Amino acid sequence: MIQLSQVTKSFNSGKPNQFTAVDDVSLTIEQGQLTVLKGPSGSGKTTLLSLIGCMARPSSGRITLHGVRTAFFPDDTAASGLNISSLPERFLTEIRRTTFGFIFQQFSLVKGITALENIMLPAYPTGESQAAVRKRALDLLDLFAISRHASAPVDWLSGGELQRVAIARAMINNPAAIIADEPTAHLDSRLSVEFMETIGSLKSTGKTVLIASHDPIVYDSPLADTVVEMRDGRITGIKKLP
Amino acid sequence: MHSSLNRHINILDFALSSLLRRKTKNSSLLVLYMLIVFIIASLIFFVHALKREAALILKNAPDMVVQRMIAGRHDLIPVSYGEKIGAIRGVSAVVPRLWGYYYDPVFGANYTLMVPDNRTISPENVIIGSGVARNQRIKTGDLLTFRTYDKGSLLLQVEQILPYESELVAADLVLMSASDFQAMFRMPRGVATDLALTVANPLELITVANKIVEQFPDTRPILKSEILRTYNSVFDWRGGMMVVMLGVAVLSFVIFAWDKATGLSAEERKEIGILKSIGWETSDVLLLKFWEGAVISLSAFLAGVVLAYGHVFFFSAALFEHPLKGWSILYPQFRLVPAVDAYQLSILFFLSVIPYTAATIIPAWLAATVDPDAAMRS
Amino acid sequence: MRKSTMFLLITACNLSLFVLMALHARLSQSQGNRERSARARLVKELRLTDLCLFTEARYTRHPSMADLHAPFQDHPGALEHFPSGSLVTPPAAATRSHAQFP
Repeated sequence: MIQLSQVTKSFNSGKPNQFTAVDDVSLTIEQGQLTVLKGPSGSGKTTLLSLIGCMARPSSGRITLHGVRTAFFPDDTAASGLNISSLPERFLTEIRRTTFGFIFQQFSLVKGITALENIMLPAYPTGESQAAVRKRALDLLDLFAISRHASAPVDWLSGGELQRVAIARAMINNPAAIIADEPTAHLDSRLSVEFMETIGSLKSTGKTVLIASHDPIVYDSPLADTVVEMRDGRITGIKKLP
Repeated sequence: MHSSLNRHINILDFALSSLLRRKTKNSSLLVLYMLIVFIIASLIFFVHALKREAALILKNAPDMVVQRMIAGRHDLIPVSYGEKIGAIRGVSAVVPRLWGYYYDPVFGANYTLMVPDNRTISPENVIIGSGVARNQRIKTGDLLTFRTYDKGSLLLQVEQILPYESELVAADLVLMSASDFQAMFRMPRGVATDLALTVANPLELITVANKIVEQFPDTRPILKSEILRTYNSVFDWRGGMMVVMLGVAVLSFVIFAWDKATGLSAEERKEIGILKSIGWETSDVLLLKFWEGAVISLSAFLAGVVLAYGHVFFFSAALFEHPLKGWSILYPQFRLVPAVDAYQLSILFFLSVIPYTAATIIPAWLAATVDPDAAMRS
Repeated sequence: MRKSTMFLLITACNLSLFVLMALHARLSQSQGNRERSARARLVKELRLTDLCLFTEARYTRHPSMADLHAPFQDHPGALEHFPSGSLVTPPAAATRSHAQFP
């Protein structure tokens, strides 16, 4: 569960081109649920995602993570949640690596290498044994029914297959939460629907999913537990599914 | 389990993947790099071995050689000088040397003709160096023809061929009797090419030299230390050809580093952005770049040095034959004693591996410090 | 096989060749020394003063015996015309001679 309390993020503060991407946002992301951030481009969805995903720190406000397993904090602190807004860089990266899996707009897969290697990439710097990572990757390929493409360079794969590789990559470190930024922006309707189905199956395994999208297939989906509307960095409405 | 070693090996795996993606470019880089290391290392081994050789065997050269000069040129020295020089205190022996050069127009080679005073060679017999034998394709018992100064020919029989291992000092030697030498060159009696002196106490050499010059102002003594010093500066780094070779090598390395250092391509930058966004830290990206550089430079260095060793000590530096031979016809087979100069090799290592690896890491530094959320914004 | 394993194997091979090379140098000392002593004996016996490296010209064959004039042959400004001349620097004896007159 992730709690945001009066979170603000400004860029270029003090300079003439200062602008506030996220303005006084308070929000609770429930565990095991699908939360969708809805809004036009420039509404601050992407910035909010990067703040939640420990990629950046808020200018002011607090972000607290609950139920996150970390190697370096004692249990009692974990109970009341981890305030990531004030953590040093090193710890932030560690949390990001183990807690979140990211799916990007254009999938951002590394060209020229195989699907398998792409999926294993996020786990390389963690120092885990390659055999263990490889097995997990092969299992994921199997889960998404693309095992036959394991040794194929990603350049050869179709849009749908790439999408599944991207999702598999986000899953390699067994994250508690998946964050996706405009995942269906470059997909046709059929693939978008397929994508949401995959998300549904992930949700059913207990993963928390957070998607930023202005695609109706996403925010109107029955799988979406909470839809947060944003405009100009502020929340303009929260709609929860009964 | 998680470990630092695993991290290195995993990242090394990806570095190798990256290198294999541009197979042609990287393999030609590797080959070129190896070639340059090969040439420089060959030079290092060759020159080092040769200098050691000179230092160790020319220790047995005469303590002093006295030449006579006329009008600045080397002239024949009267043997009577030798008798008087022998009387100087400190000089234990004076031996007039008879030697000269002979150009053989048939084979186009220059030979050094000598009359040894420690061996007796019967007239019309010669002992030749194995280089001469090779050049003329003759063996013991065969006949050699020399043209004498008065247009006649001298027929000489090969009594013995000096051993192959002696080529470095005796490849072009032709040892003959004094009478044959006289017949060849019609050298006047009572003169020699120069005098070889034995001086028991090396500290007295300079004193003796000064005394000789005082007594015979037209002489020029050459000390053994000077003979040895000549070979110290052979193949000096400042010599013409060496400067060219070094210059080429340095330039090649500069080109390599330039190619790397003029920043990353957009594709490489994008890739680093992706890595950062999927959870790689700046240090991980830099480690990746380090391995990319190290794989090529380390492999090239090791292979180049090993090949150079084989080239110099097993193949007598065959690739250097052309530049060293120049216009000479006779070229000795170098049987150098293998020796590894650790000092110079480590310099080569530091000058080749480290700059190349640095040139791979440093341009990536800026790209590696990009914010992880950059991929979300692209 | 993993790429890194392959690379590490190849590097291990290279390194062992490198080590072998150093060992070979060490071990062939005795044979080399014997041949070298034979050469040294010949030098002593025949009273030689130079290595037989370049047989192009007099002063390249016997650089330590060369007089100042030899490299200049016909004219003090004459260009060096033997390649080995660029490898052999003027002998120490030529630059600081014991002769009274140059």
